[in-house]
Amino acid sequence: MSEPLRPSTAQKQFTAKAVQSLRRRKAVNGVMVGLIVAAAVLATIPLIVITGYLIKFGAGSVQWHFFTNMPKPEGEAGGGMANAIVGTVILIALASLFGLPIGVGAGLYLAEHRGTKLANTVRFLCDVLNGLPSIVMGIFAWQFLVRPVHHFSAWAGGVALGAMMIPMVARTTEEMVSIVPVSLREAALALGYARWRTSLTIVLRTASAGIVTGALVAIARIAGETAPLLFTVLGNSFFSTSLNQPIAALPLQIFYYGTSPYEDQHAQAWAGGLVLIVLIFVISLIARYATRGQFTGGGGD
Amino acid sequence: MSDVVATPPAVPTVKGGAPATSSGGDGFEGGIEGSALGDRIYAGVIWVFAICVPVLLALIALSIFLAGWPALHRFGLSFLTSSAWDPVNGKFGAAPAIYGTLVSSAIALLVATPLAIGVSVFLSEFAPPWLRQPVAFFVDLLAAIPSVVYGVWGIFVLIPLLRTALIPFLRDTLHLSVIPLFSGPNYGYSMLAAGLILAIMVLPYIASVSREVLLAVPRSQREAALALGATKWEMIRGALLPYAKSGIIGGIILGLGRALGETMAVTMVIGNRPEISASLFAPAYTMASVIANEFSEASGDLHLSALMAVGFVLFVITIIVNAIARWLVWEVSRTGSKG
Repeated sequence: MSEPLRPSTAQKQFTAKAVQSLRRRKAVNGVMVGLIVAAAVLATIPLIVITGYLIKFGAGSVQWHFFTNMPKPEGEAGGGMANAIVGTVILIALASLFGLPIGVGAGLYLAEHRGTKLANTVRFLCDVLNGLPSIVMGIFAWQFLVRPVHHFSAWAGGVALGAMMIPMVARTTEEMVSIVPVSLREAALALGYARWRTSLTIVLRTASAGIVTGALVAIARIAGETAPLLFTVLGNSFFSTSLNQPIAALPLQIFYYGTSPYEDQHAQAWAGGLVLIVLIFVISLIARYATRGQFTGGGGD
Repeated sequence: MSDVVATPPAVPTVKGGAPATSSGGDGFEGGIEGSALGDRIYAGVIWVFAICVPVLLALIALSIFLAGWPALHRFGLSFLTSSAWDPVNGKFGAAPAIYGTLVSSAIALLVATPLAIGVSVFLSEFAPPWLRQPVAFFVDLLAAIPSVVYGVWGIFVLIPLLRTALIPFLRDTLHLSVIPLFSGPNYGYSMLAAGLILAIMVLPYIASVSREVLLAVPRSQREAALALGATKWEMIRGALLPYAKSGIIGGIILGLGRALGETMAVTMVIGNRPEISASLFAPAYTMASVIANEFSEASGDLHLSALMAVGFVLFVITIIVNAIARWLVWEVSRTGSKG
């Protein structure tokens, strides 16, 4: 008949220590988990706060005449940003005209010549370009397109913004083209399609939804760009659609109004900001919607 | 997979008894010759588009260098070290702007990094699936807000908040004014304002890279740590973060690249004064903001050239920073996919 096993004092001390250390570790765990949750909450707050203020201060001024009227002189209430809104649309169109073909073309090259030295270099340079401050693009367009002709122009702004689009569009095009199933390409080639026709009519078309998304994301990013425009289009308080003249733009107008001393213009700046944000969010949402179901419905036809 | 794409399938040169041609309506012979020519044209065209990227970067570098050359030539290396920015007497030194850029970016990273890592860890380890998408979306959307809108918000909301609440709290209530960093007069427009607004702006960049890297950490790493009896935090600190470290650092450097070149929001809140002050509450300048702020009112060619020379310095710094960040992120994704 052996006695039931009893822990020695040493064992008891050890267990006590272990329990104590476990308690401490659990406390540390609790604190750190709390901090992580707090960080997550804090990180989501800025978006809510900023959009909240935009709506609070801007919504009152966003009425029909905001879109149809011209800016009023300083000190006069009312007025709109018709010229700036049209200007921004023109600038986006110019930028897309310049940036999209080059971006998509370069992206095709990246996808079709994967692993070659040139493709790797171009891909790396795309990422470097993507990280360049937008103000640098403004200086580039100013030096080559504004300085020689001694006047600001919508063209120069379009080129600066288009140059920003190229690396973004090239990288998304590359990604979208390279996820097109190889079997599709092989099927077309086996049917006797030339390589170029396979690429343009089969591969590019299959990837088109993704490429459109990439283009829209790029447009959403340049739509609010201000710094390059300071050096290229300058802004214009009159209505102008001439590509050879300074042109108004929504972000520029927001900047001028936001830094002006007049209360009325502050309200206009908030309203402009709200309109710009809504524009960008809508473009982003369309971009999200465009990729949805790409590989469920896209390959069917 | 990709070698199918990389090596061109032999152009069919079979004669007679050949397999069916495309149903596209090409004549047999013409189709083959046409396709060889077409392939060459196609390859040439996309090559030209690809070459546009290096050419564009070279042109950008050239344009900024040309525009800044007169000032760089005249002041030499002292342009980087001199803190005299005096357009009236034609003396230009970029030191205050360089200092302001570095300090405001440092504040931004100090504030944004813990938040970004916190929210990424939350999303990858704690968040219930229904919460993941919305929180990630909310943080990512911060990157979609234009700089100028941050600027307007900064002028009318952040600056008054700093002036009436945060700065008096730090300086007087907490008595931090014994440190030069937190002393001096309170204008609102300040280095601190610029740093805080930059923090919000770079947060989504750091957060999205960290999130991706954390999600890529293998389950086995987590399970091994938990099986050894680690608490959740010990698992995060001991297994998760070390594994994802270099990727997260890449994300931080990417955020740094953004912060260095950010223009409009900073110009609108930093106060634009070319002085090096020990106090974070004092107005300052950054490289981007000095260019944006003085470009339209530059007095004479030398002033203009000095602004462009600042742009050239900014260009070189951001290129280096971005190259390092890309290299780090690539290195991680390469070793990650192998291991």
